[in-house]
Amino acid sequence: MSPDTNPATPGREAEKAAAAIKVAYWPGCVSRGFTPELHGSMELTAEALGIEMVMLDRASCCGAGVIAEHNQELADSLNARTFALAQQTDLPMMNICSTCQGAQSECQERLDADAGYRDQINGALKPEGLEYVKSKDGWTNKNFLWLLVEDYGLDRLAEQVKRPLSGLRVGPFYGCYVLRPKGRLGYEEHPDRDLYLERVIRTLGGEVVDYDGARRCCGFPVITMNRETSLRQAGTHVADAIDAGADCLVTPCPLCHLNLDMQQPEAAKVVGRDLGLAVLHLPQLVGLALGFDPKQLGMPKHIASTLAVDDRVAALA
Amino acid sequence: MAEYTLKVRRYQPELEDGRADGAYWEEFDVELDPTLSVLDGILQAKNDQDGSIAVRCSCRAAICGSCGVKINGQSTLACKTQLGEAAEEAARIAEADAGATNGHPATHPGTPGGAAEDVARQVSTARPVIVVEPMANMPVIKDLVTDMEATHWEKYRRVSPWLMPTGPEPEREHIVPPESMVDVTQSVACIQCGACVSACLSMEADPDFIGPAALAKAYRFIGDPRDGQQEERLYDLANDPHGIYDCTHCFSCIDACPKGVAPMDQIMRLRRIAGHEHGIEDVNNGHSHEAAFVKIIEKKGTLDESLLLQESFAPGIKGKLMPTKRAIKGLLESIPTAIRGIRTGKMRSLPKLIPGVHHKLPGDSQDRVKEIYARAEESRTELNLYIIGEGGEEEGAPGGEHVPAGAIVPEPDEPKELA
Repeated sequence: MSPDTNPATPGREAEKAAAAIKVAYWPGCVSRGFTPELHGSMELTAEALGIEMVMLDRASCCGAGVIAEHNQELADSLNARTFALAQQTDLPMMNICSTCQGAQSECQERLDADAGYRDQINGALKPEGLEYVKSKDGWTNKNFLWLLVEDYGLDRLAEQVKRPLSGLRVGPFYGCYVLRPKGRLGYEEHPDRDLYLERVIRTLGGEVVDYDGARRCCGFPVITMNRETSLRQAGTHVADAIDAGADCLVTPCPLCHLNLDMQQPEAAKVVGRDLGLAVLHLPQLVGLALGFDPKQLGMPKHIASTLAVDDRVAALA
Repeated sequence: MAEYTLKVRRYQPELEDGRADGAYWEEFDVELDPTLSVLDGILQAKNDQDGSIAVRCSCRAAICGSCGVKINGQSTLACKTQLGEAAEEAARIAEADAGATNGHPATHPGTPGGAAEDVARQVSTARPVIVVEPMANMPVIKDLVTDMEATHWEKYRRVSPWLMPTGPEPEREHIVPPESMVDVTQSVACIQCGACVSACLSMEADPDFIGPAALAKAYRFIGDPRDGQQEERLYDLANDPHGIYDCTHCFSCIDACPKGVAPMDQIMRLRRIAGHEHGIEDVNNGHSHEAAFVKIIEKKGTLDESLLLQESFAPGIKGKLMPTKRAIKGLLESIPTAIRGIRTGKMRSLPKLIPGVHHKLPGDSQDRVKEIYARAEESRTELNLYIIGEGGEEEGAPGGEHVPAGAIVPEPDEPKELA
């Protein structure tokens, strides 16, 4: 799977064109809010990979579990509307946020479970001429991480790598919403979704750092409610990754990014030690291996300095 | 029959001979049918190889809740996990550590504890090693036996786990319509095994968190129509800083529970009832955070993070309500973070800086979202998947007259169509 062993051949170009990937793209709120570098790096990376994205600009927030906590039918209706907008394009949907994935999968599970309930929700979409259709032509909604491994393919990704991230020690950080509960996140069909980040890191030429926090909670959902609990979670995971020798973390979730990166100086105070570990969005890590500069990928916008990563990558070029 | 290797976390307090507080790993090879349980494996090792292995068990049928342990990092019951599937899972997750560049002990999905310090060997041997550890978030008494008092039973008692009816005693039994009990059946299924407590990632960071088992039990009584203390119970649990708003929404308890109780879902029900039905403002600003979030999406369609921060801590700061001291503290605490964000360019634009400047959805989409709000806020249907099950698909009658099985519709009348 090493990029070196997969030289692009003329035949592969035709193959690549045949397998063009086009998706209805839901960037979510945070990727255009407090982590604008995520949406930006996704657009760059997608173009370089040959993934065509049709932006769902009329879609609303997924509710992040908070709207469902307030009123399940409301969350289900808003997400049914987003699914219907995506289905209208006849394209599978792609998100770039673990939290969107989890919140939307939760709503989709209820929508798919009962035809009567689905009819009731679709009634709310009728004025807009929209309808959510259960498993319409095998329609799916996948996080970029899942799409990259399951549809794009790691072999094809390896062929695209222009700058293998040799020696870069990367700690995976998944985000709860793409891990649990397994029952509604497609693990029956794709049991290894909790191993994809490791596979992507290795495909990009990087080294996987094994540390305690990879599949734990970043603490973000309670940052405004129990700051101490929240920051202790973030700080502990960052500290564990540093102790395990990580150069950076990588996450497919911008909300995890907020707690691990934006709140890192505050988390450092709670755990009582210096931190200072770069946290990359998944498209940024992919983008680095595709040859983009850290600046193009918006890495200077991060709170935890990415300079150590920048230097390592520059040395590879 | 097949051979399995169990790698058991031992702790013999009487041993403390320099081996890290008497804790160490020990492997046992057992030979059993793959459909037999990990508990059967442990008991065979105890019977044939080392009688000193301590494990708590009784029914061996996932009813008594005694044999809670962690298997391959996942909190569960030893009697409910088959040896064959545990070996397969051990082989599968070994990949995460294979070729890892550090010798750091790793854990796998969801749960605490150091499980795989010699994974390299695990990967290279033909037979995967099933890792068995005591539950987390509680002290270990000996080997796989934990002390559940402080983090489980004490918290369980904390929520007054008994019915507190008000009004005159009925002459005979309380009579309730069966459908009013539908929603509590899921929490009734709890067997107090502690697997969810072991898996709880909030409790890992905040040992005072009341926790998934006790809060699920709280819902069992709060959702019971015979109980007369609903509001008092909710007020208490919302205003404990380690109560319902201390759950970090990580879903670990849902995957750990061997009985499908989904404790986190019950905690969300508690929040929903506390906030919506009783309007309880809590000490953690949980309800104002939720209310602010819901309102912002109605007005803007996507999240205005600055406005969310302001409104979570100080709803109606522009003159309606006086924010509490704690809320002002919360708002102030977020300022250094905001300044750092402005400095790096993360928030260097007006819509990101000034609460309320955030754009709406394009075209008439925002109006459509508002209509969806109006409709859903009136109807508030809850689909209970525990009752209808995943295979509960039934084609609804055309015309939308069908009320989903398991749907909890608060009003007796059908959801109304939009005018």
